[in-house]
Amino acid sequence: MSLAFDDYGRPYIILRDQGQKKRMKGLEAYKSNILAAKAVANTLSSSLGPKGMDKMLVSPDGDVSVTNDGATIVEKMEIQHPTAKLLVELSQSQDAEIGDGTTGVVVLAGKLLEQALTLLDKGIHPLKISDGFDRACDVAIKHLETISEEIDIQANEHEALIQAACTALGSKVVSKRKRELGKIAVTAVLDVADLARRDVNLDLIKIQTKTGGSVEDTRLISGILIDKDMSHPQMPKEVKDAKICLLTCPFEPPKPKTKHNINISSADDYKKLYLQEQQYFVDMVKLVKNSGANIALCQWGFDDEANHLLLQNELPAVRWVSGTDVELIAMATGARIIPRFQEITPEKLGKAGCVKEVQFGTSNERMLVIENCQCTKAVTILIRGGSQMIVDEAKRSIHDAICVIRNLIKDNRIVYGGGSAELACAIQVLQYADEVSSVEQYAIRSFADALEGIPCCLADNCGLNPITSVAQAKALQLKENNPRIGIDCMELGTIDMKEQKIYETLSSKKQQIQLATQVVKMILKIDDVIAPDDY
Amino acid sequence: MDIVGNVLPQVLKDEATEDKGEMARLQSFVGAIAVADLVKTTLGPKGMDKILKPTGPGQEMTHITVTNDGATILKSMYVENPAAKILIEISKTQDEEVGDGTTTVAVLAGELLREGEKLIQKRIHPQHVIAGWRIARDVALKRLRDISTENDINSQEFHDDLVKIARTTLSSKLITSDRNYFADLCVKAVLRLKGSSNLDYIQIIKLPGGTIRDSYLDDGFILKKQITIGCKRRIENAKILVANTAMDYDKIKIYGTKVKVNSMDKVAEIEAAEKEKMKHKVDKILKYQPTVFVNRQLIYNYPEQLLADSGITVIEHADFEGMERVAAATGAEILSTFDAPERSQQVLGHCDLIEEIMIGEEKMIKFTGCKKNEACTIVLRGASTHILDEVDRSIHDALCVLITTVKNKRVVWGGGNSEMQMAAACEEEAKKVQGKQAFAIEAFARALRQIPTIICDNGGYDSAELIQNFKVELQKGNNTCGLNMTDGTIGNMSELGVKECLRVKEQALMAASEAAELIMRVDNIVKCAPRKRERA
Repeated sequence: MSLAFDDYGRPYIILRDQGQKKRMKGLEAYKSNILAAKAVANTLSSSLGPKGMDKMLVSPDGDVSVTNDGATIVEKMEIQHPTAKLLVELSQSQDAEIGDGTTGVVVLAGKLLEQALTLLDKGIHPLKISDGFDRACDVAIKHLETISEEIDIQANEHEALIQAACTALGSKVVSKRKRELGKIAVTAVLDVADLARRDVNLDLIKIQTKTGGSVEDTRLISGILIDKDMSHPQMPKEVKDAKICLLTCPFEPPKPKTKHNINISSADDYKKLYLQEQQYFVDMVKLVKNSGANIALCQWGFDDEANHLLLQNELPAVRWVSGTDVELIAMATGARIIPRFQEITPEKLGKAGCVKEVQFGTSNERMLVIENCQCTKAVTILIRGGSQMIVDEAKRSIHDAICVIRNLIKDNRIVYGGGSAELACAIQVLQYADEVSSVEQYAIRSFADALEGIPCCLADNCGLNPITSVAQAKALQLKENNPRIGIDCMELGTIDMKEQKIYETLSSKKQQIQLATQVVKMILKIDDVIAPDDY
Repeated sequence: MDIVGNVLPQVLKDEATEDKGEMARLQSFVGAIAVADLVKTTLGPKGMDKILKPTGPGQEMTHITVTNDGATILKSMYVENPAAKILIEISKTQDEEVGDGTTTVAVLAGELLREGEKLIQKRIHPQHVIAGWRIARDVALKRLRDISTENDINSQEFHDDLVKIARTTLSSKLITSDRNYFADLCVKAVLRLKGSSNLDYIQIIKLPGGTIRDSYLDDGFILKKQITIGCKRRIENAKILVANTAMDYDKIKIYGTKVKVNSMDKVAEIEAAEKEKMKHKVDKILKYQPTVFVNRQLIYNYPEQLLADSGITVIEHADFEGMERVAAATGAEILSTFDAPERSQQVLGHCDLIEEIMIGEEKMIKFTGCKKNEACTIVLRGASTHILDEVDRSIHDALCVLITTVKNKRVVWGGGNSEMQMAAACEEEAKKVQGKQAFAIEAFARALRQIPTIICDNGGYDSAELIQNFKVELQKGNNTCGLNMTDGTIGNMSELGVKECLRVKEQALMAASEAAELIMRVDNIVKCAPRKRERA
């Protein structure tokens, strides 16, 4: 195959070690790639929608996680096939950019590839297909913008935001408490949101998990929760009007980075050094105390002696606070992170209304809550649940909900869910297809079919007859010219998604269609796969 | 060649497996039910114990555990089935959160799935089953809360309730014959805490020898250590200094220090300086004027001698928890530096009497008449370490439940009463619900009713008959009826004094239904290739 002949007719080899390589070319390569990608999409398709099912994933170390989140599923599946890996990245980029709709994007890509396969069988060139998809994608995006609606996020106690959060949570295991959790997520985001700039710093929302209780016990703490306790068991458990000294240097004798030796050659030296060492601890504690701080949080450890000195000076302290927590506390309390004891000044202290230790369960685990911080309102969502798997899944779900709310604050345009937006786009794309006179027409038409695949899949997962319900919805959309008609997944008796209050963000839908089209185009451009044989 | 393109290429890594739909579901059900069946026989006062024998080479092979505690059994099991792991996980959480009901939670989740499997076979979609379970859970929870009662924390009734609860918890354990004795013991220990929930202050000391009956609660505080030789064995009106400091030799903490000398004289000088330093430290300690010195770390002969010479009783090498307890009990501060003797009044702990006592063959130090009387010690005696370990676990369970009760204050009747009441509530609800969910609600009721059924079966009674009679009694409005496991009849729980903590039941119900839901929602299991490990 990759054999060439020189001027004298002697064969020479272009690919090194070609005997040991596996190679697929042309149609064979296209088909193999598409099938592999479709296999991934198929796995995910049953997770789509409010009645979607979960996947149980067992890690190489035997740890079990149960999830409905597309990005998590594909990430933990250990996919090996190169093309299938593209879909993994697709889901992850949706996760990174939007945070929600990670399942939908993969399913859409799968449907597009399915259509591409039939077109390839018809003998249409892959580039024509990808061109057609590209044009159809543009039309769909434009139409999405025209059917989108602006919502007032402030109205009615942020009802719209709560509904959007509920839509995101509806497909998860926590769906029973979606309203409560949705409210928690909305309050958390609004607490930290900068509404004037339409920006939300998600770093200010900390999600802490703790097994025990049940999902209902999940609550919002207006403050920061850190999984640490006081360094000395006899320090006070509560500090009011805390002035926080945030240190990133250990309460230990200094360790200069330059390599050095201290040589002791006489007993005097020995004594001097001892005094010097004691002095270090006294000085350190004094510096902190003099600044007016009444609690010290340190990223590093404490020497026993220093620890006791802190206690003696009535200065509660916490050691081994993680780096991210230190930053969060700095942001929230207005404290400056102090890298050296010499640099402690009263201005660098952070302020908080209350710092206290709270206890859980019977195993004597304690956590520290920092409440009423001075600067921004950092918040913590404490998730509880019957087991580690539930808690983990709840964490992922709440993260999704938070992302949705943030996106809505950034851009308050929404489209309606339940497959209605996809259906509306499909209708529009189909109309456009008839205006195109070249081969792309077929590809554009297939794109519309693929878009219809999403409501089909939704209906399928909900136990409805996919073909009848999609046909019914489509006909009604055309007849009433109403882009809000979708699939009635929850069996509420109406197929108008506005009445069902199924909100999805415009940015998420747009991103889904664009990303899926891009990946499909990329897969369609591959006509040769070369891999080592034993791969 | 043609066909290659149509064959599904390998997507996952080698050895990774993917099970879908029915296969996946079957796997989860089988795994979860197997685990539940395994612990089922330990349920109830007539439940049996299990022997856990570790596998693997070496000495551990010989160390076996005999237990009735669900969490301990499940924790030690090695299972591969992912659904089974979820059940083990909830049992662990139950243990951490409330300390008891670890078997119940696993069995209940298993029974729910067993009922769920039947519904799936009837072609009811898992989501419908889940929808039904959710309704059922809410109804059950509401009923559970409605039937619970609350007493004032200081009243005699509450105190009686605590004893009853402890007795119920202990009745399924090895020490069931002595449960009255131990229940009393546990309640006393917990009441000493005065509402605080720190279990650390209750120390459990296990000493082989004697019989279980010889166990007792010591008002004072016992440290499993010895007083150093040459010190007084009995100190009245002791002033205690609790320290965590190096008393071997003070290592120089400044980084990169090296002792470099050029003559033998200098070595001697440094040695003297080192000694001097230690003496200095001891002098500083002496300024506090303690009569007893307790240190967490090792104490070398030299400082020990210095201290003993000054008439101070020295206790070295106390473990960290022991230290904290000593500090808490005597009201001492744990010191690491000794530069503020003027604070001596604040930092020294106090107790009326410290003496060395013998329990069995071991010497221990007993602190009586402590300043803060929260800490106490339970001394367990028994014929073998296996028995002691199991008694320890049982006592731990009882203490956890009692502490939870003190916090939550609400109690329900035991003997399967709460489960039957919840089941009845679910069945009433099922009659009102339209749609397929009603089947799931009925299934939930059946699963709940399985708990008393299993308890009966384990006792060797005719469960079918007993449970039916039980139902009838409840229907008659006899709200305190329950299983009398000594006679095998339906008895009155208020007469028998069988009570349970609401919080334990609540947690078991919620955790079990959450776990069952989690497993029910799965339609696909992807197992990654196991990580390759080098064999040592």
